Amino acid sequence: MDYAVVVALQIVSGVATLVIVSLGLAVVFGMMRVINLAHGEFLMLGGYTAILASGQGINRWLSILVLPPLVVGLIGAVVERVLIRRLYGRMVDTMLATWGLSLAFIGGVTMLFGNSVTGISAPFGSFGIGRFHVAGYDMFLVLASVVLSLIVWAVLKLTPAGLIARGTMQNAEMAAALGVSPERVYALTFAAGAALSGLAGGLIAPVSGVLPTMGTAYIAKAFITVITGGAAMLTGTLVASGLLGSVLTVFTFLTTPVFGEVALLVMAIVLLRLLPRGITGRFLRRAL
Amino acid sequence: MTVLLSTDGLRMRFGGVVAVDGVTLAVNEGELRCLIGPNGAGKSTFFKCLTGQYKPTGGRIFWRGRDITALDPFAVARLGVGIKTQVPSLFDGLTAMEGVVLAVRRLHGEAEARRRAVRALERLEVGDLGNRRIGLLAHGQRQLVELAMVVAPEPDLIILDEPTAGMSAEETGRAADLIRELNREHAIVVVEHDMQFIRTIAHTVTVFHQGRVLMEDSAEIVFKDPRVRDVYLGKAVA
Amino acid sequence: MVGFRTGLQIGVALMAAVLAAVLLPRYLELFTLINATVFVSMGVLALSLGLIWGFGGILCFGQTAFFGLGGYTYAVASINFGDTTWAIPLALALPTAVAAALGYLMFYGRISDVYMGVITLTTTLILFKFANSTAGDQWKIGSSPLGGFNGIPGTPPLNVPFDPGTQLAPDQIFVIAVLCLGLCYAAAKLILRTRFGRVSVAIKENELRAELLGYDVRLHKMALFAVGGFMAGLGGILFANCVFVSPTMFSLSYAGQVIIWVLVGGIGTLAGPVIGCILIQTLTTYAGTLSMIDPNLLLGALFMLAVVAVPKGLLPTATNLLAKLARRGDES
Repeated sequence: MDYAVVVALQIVSGVATLVIVSLGLAVVFGMMRVINLAHGEFLMLGGYTAILASGQGINRWLSILVLPPLVVGLIGAVVERVLIRRLYGRMVDTMLATWGLSLAFIGGVTMLFGNSVTGISAPFGSFGIGRFHVAGYDMFLVLASVVLSLIVWAVLKLTPAGLIARGTMQNAEMAAALGVSPERVYALTFAAGAALSGLAGGLIAPVSGVLPTMGTAYIAKAFITVITGGAAMLTGTLVASGLLGSVLTVFTFLTTPVFGEVALLVMAIVLLRLLPRGITGRFLRRAL
Repeated sequence: MTVLLSTDGLRMRFGGVVAVDGVTLAVNEGELRCLIGPNGAGKSTFFKCLTGQYKPTGGRIFWRGRDITALDPFAVARLGVGIKTQVPSLFDGLTAMEGVVLAVRRLHGEAEARRRAVRALERLEVGDLGNRRIGLLAHGQRQLVELAMVVAPEPDLIILDEPTAGMSAEETGRAADLIRELNREHAIVVVEHDMQFIRTIAHTVTVFHQGRVLMEDSAEIVFKDPRVRDVYLGKAVA
Repeated sequence: MVGFRTGLQIGVALMAAVLAAVLLPRYLELFTLINATVFVSMGVLALSLGLIWGFGGILCFGQTAFFGLGGYTYAVASINFGDTTWAIPLALALPTAVAAALGYLMFYGRISDVYMGVITLTTTLILFKFANSTAGDQWKIGSSPLGGFNGIPGTPPLNVPFDPGTQLAPDQIFVIAVLCLGLCYAAAKLILRTRFGRVSVAIKENELRAELLGYDVRLHKMALFAVGGFMAGLGGILFANCVFVSPTMFSLSYAGQVIIWVLVGGIGTLAGPVIGCILIQTLTTYAGTLSMIDPNLLLGALFMLAVVAVPKGLLPTATNLLAKLARRGDES
């Protein structure tokens, strides 16, 4: 019984982690149809922001929750200005350019901070369920994933900015004719996506530790989640995370974490053979 | 007369919109058939179902009595169907000759393919364009090169989607002559909304309206029918 | 029938390969020669991507998956057989088969370019993680441990066929590698002259038209992708012969580099990617000795520059420039 509860909690926290590390990528993909290959490095930069800030004696929550999205959001805005803007409408080139960016970030951070793992202690400690221990921070991540999803939903659904963003997503020309500048929408979207990725980096830093190549540990999962989800960024990410996160956790339990990811990839490829445009390409098409 | 291509209750719906709503139609060998109707009548969707680009959501398609509903476009083409899309669909990086050779290369060896390609280009009076890169040709020339690719493999049936789109009056006249000429050897289905053009070439005309067949008869009768006039003037919709 | 131009290009390439094979081992030090073999093995990898991307429009971000699979299969099989002879066909067959299977799932699903890039990249990343996680005695295939992060340092070099006692020396392996590169180039050129190759190019130009002419687009793409997998696997075997196999072969930075080579050298050419590969390898090796700039930073900057500033790549840009200069020369 205890075991079942612990497994269930692990699955929930596995799903939550997928949601957290995929959301920033999903927002940029959903809005701009571009896969940001530097997504993993945005996570990494968020992680470093958290570590450096808490190393300076800044409050731990401020370091994890507030500074990473601000810093990485700003970096995202600069990247959009300097790089992405030159390549609008050229999706493949944008992917390639962000790949270059990803390598450059890894190299730059290695030069600045060296190639070693630094950590930040996880808040909350752990609590016991029968014979087992569950990390309190894992449960905090579950909460964080729910809050984040709600925030994204609320911004898109309830604010004027969200309405404009959804309009541009549906029909950029029409939005432009109504006086909305698609460039500004894209710029803000990219920055917002980067901020979400930065926040994700801050959130996972206590669990994963931080090093220049930490992005690579997460991007495979994040890519798979987002393209399996399809075009509806929020619904797609949530449904895909639920499905793939469960598979990942169960296989990780049965075998090793690596086989969990292999299972994830195989399942995603087979799923894409059946639903070439992702889950929301076929189902729930009107969803956000 | 043998039936070449036929559909039985063909339906195609996109979400809540039914674009083709139960179309039953038969085209005979050697026939020249026009499908007409105002914009949004479902002609182009019907065309894409015939060519395998869309998989119909209901009904069936037959080729010489064989069910071909589920076939992909390449398999439809292999039956002996030449297909010309509305927007010219060409290999812009190749020369006209290379493109037309590829059209017949599936059926013949290299030397024979080249002979046939030369003949097809000459038949469409663009023999002099063989060595030009397709991407650099003018719109009318591109249409003709595409037609050369369509007729070069000697298909039993040619399906043309709005062949006169973007053509000048003079070019439209030439296209009409050309289609009549091609009809001596091939059955042809033309999807068009230009009534003037249809008038000059048509034998049998099928009128589409709101995804259904409104009527089907010889050209003279169709053009005299008040319902057809209403459809085109928008009265039936209002 | 091979056209005059193609014949000339193949002739020049093979001649260059033979010259390099004869001359370089005489003048280069052993260390430099082994490094040169690494470059050549990666040149084969670059060529494989140049072929499928530039002439088939197949956007594969994870060509290193087949490179690594070729290398690992070679290492594991030759340790198990105690002879490299039969390891080679096996190490060519496996990446080809995996490419065909992956190609089947991607092309028959008709997924978009963006998705294809992501799926192929993810494949190589997961192979990277998998290879990394195989440390310890429980990870063995037959008598060969997989070695995890360290790879398989005991990867045996090629031996004379059916004579495991006689291993080839590094200079002999260099000769074989250079000849393989030359032959791959020739093979790619010849493939592009066949009906299959021309239909592949036509598919890149316009998938719908190729389909409407009766060509099975999915089958052609899958077949071309498998050819690419075969060539990348060959590159992996050659690489395994001059270094040894390790998870790096699958890594994100290698996967990115292949793309950079092709981009810098020029999409739509075959010689371009190979030239790009050797240029950039030389550059990063040099930067590595300086240890002032991280090679990843340099590569990333080059990558972005190639996309934004020279989207056509060096070889086509240089050819255009030369043609322009020649024309100006004629006029004056």
